Amino acid sequence: MAWTWFHQFGSPRWFYEKTTAWMPWLFALSIILLIVGSAWGLGFAPSDSKQGNSYRIIFIHVPAAFLALAGYYIMAISGAIGMIWKTKVSYLVMRSAAPIGAVLTFVSLFTGAVWGKPTWGTWWVWDARITSMLILFFLYLGVMALQNAFNHEESANKASAILALVGTVNIPIIYKSVDWWYTLHQPATIKFTEDSTIDPSMKYPLLLMVVAFYVLYATVLMMRTRTEIIARERKSKWVKEMATAS
Amino acid sequence: MHPARKQRLYIVLFIVAFASIAIGLIVFALRQNLDLFYPPSKIAAGEAPLETHIRAGGCVLPGSVVRSTTNLDVEFEITDGPAKVKVYYSGILPDLFEEGEAAVVSGKLNPEGHFMATQVLAKHDENYTPPEVADLAGEGADHQKTCEVISYDS
Repeated sequence: MAWTWFHQFGSPRWFYEKTTAWMPWLFALSIILLIVGSAWGLGFAPSDSKQGNSYRIIFIHVPAAFLALAGYYIMAISGAIGMIWKTKVSYLVMRSAAPIGAVLTFVSLFTGAVWGKPTWGTWWVWDARITSMLILFFLYLGVMALQNAFNHEESANKASAILALVGTVNIPIIYKSVDWWYTLHQPATIKFTEDSTIDPSMKYPLLLMVVAFYVLYATVLMMRTRTEIIARERKSKWVKEMATAS
Repeated sequence: MHPARKQRLYIVLFIVAFASIAIGLIVFALRQNLDLFYPPSKIAAGEAPLETHIRAGGCVLPGSVVRSTTNLDVEFEITDGPAKVKVYYSGILPDLFEEGEAAVVSGKLNPEGHFMATQVLAKHDENYTPPEVADLAGEGADHQKTCEVISYDS
């Protein structure tokens, strides 16, 4: 039966026990990738002909923004799976993804402001890209707030899953905003359909940082989900046995 | 798939589709207001309101920047190819402001069609090149691609 693994992953105990072995590997891999990527990007990549060294914020700004968008889909899709199949773990993944996404969105807004001041001459401008990114930040905060606004867990999960699903509309808008409207924010540098407009000596460390952020995201998401599982199942027999065994 | 699950799947798809259509219509209705700035050709065509706080954006016409010798006053022209607009500004320009580069100015349009700017922002492009590569490519490659394709003769 093809659905077996799917339902197994939906079981908190199975998920927790399976991922225990993965955690140290994921953790080590994300640290290594982050160190190599930052050293390469901040120390060895050449400076930009016009911006000098201030462009180096790209190595944090772009990966954080990538994951802020991708993380939203992860949150919304796990919310949808929770609504359709009512598997226990998927709502816990959704709940864990919201604060991580909020932090990443904040990081990309903050690094963008720090970069904007010397480059554009302003910290903040209400253009389509920056405003839609701010809306994404509020959507993440909204999901977190809804999650805590209900006493009954199932209503809380359902309400925040619906908000997460409605908010998915914002993701393509953020992504395409720089092409659809006149914005101060420049269009995408890394392009999937044509040549990227960045020198290879800067592109490879940037791509490495994107991969590093993906692995870091997976690690933190899994860590948070495992904590949620333990907190939720604290009265169950297998958690008690594990706690007394260690 | 279990019928109950299938029904819930349809509900999820309905939520996403409905929200997309609703927000798509809102964005479509507001599409003009979502632009951060007016291009010079729209200002020349009279589409931009006078004496109202607006933004204009375009490439700084090479050779048009005139700086005052006694104070921070500066005047320059921005263009998008078909039209150009004269901009007056008093203040410090951002580091990336240069002739042949894109800029966004905010301020008011006076009845003569001149732009009295209260703020000048440099618009960066999506290109990143090390200084050596930019030197090799020659003088023209230093400018933004969006501004390169504009012919400044008109």
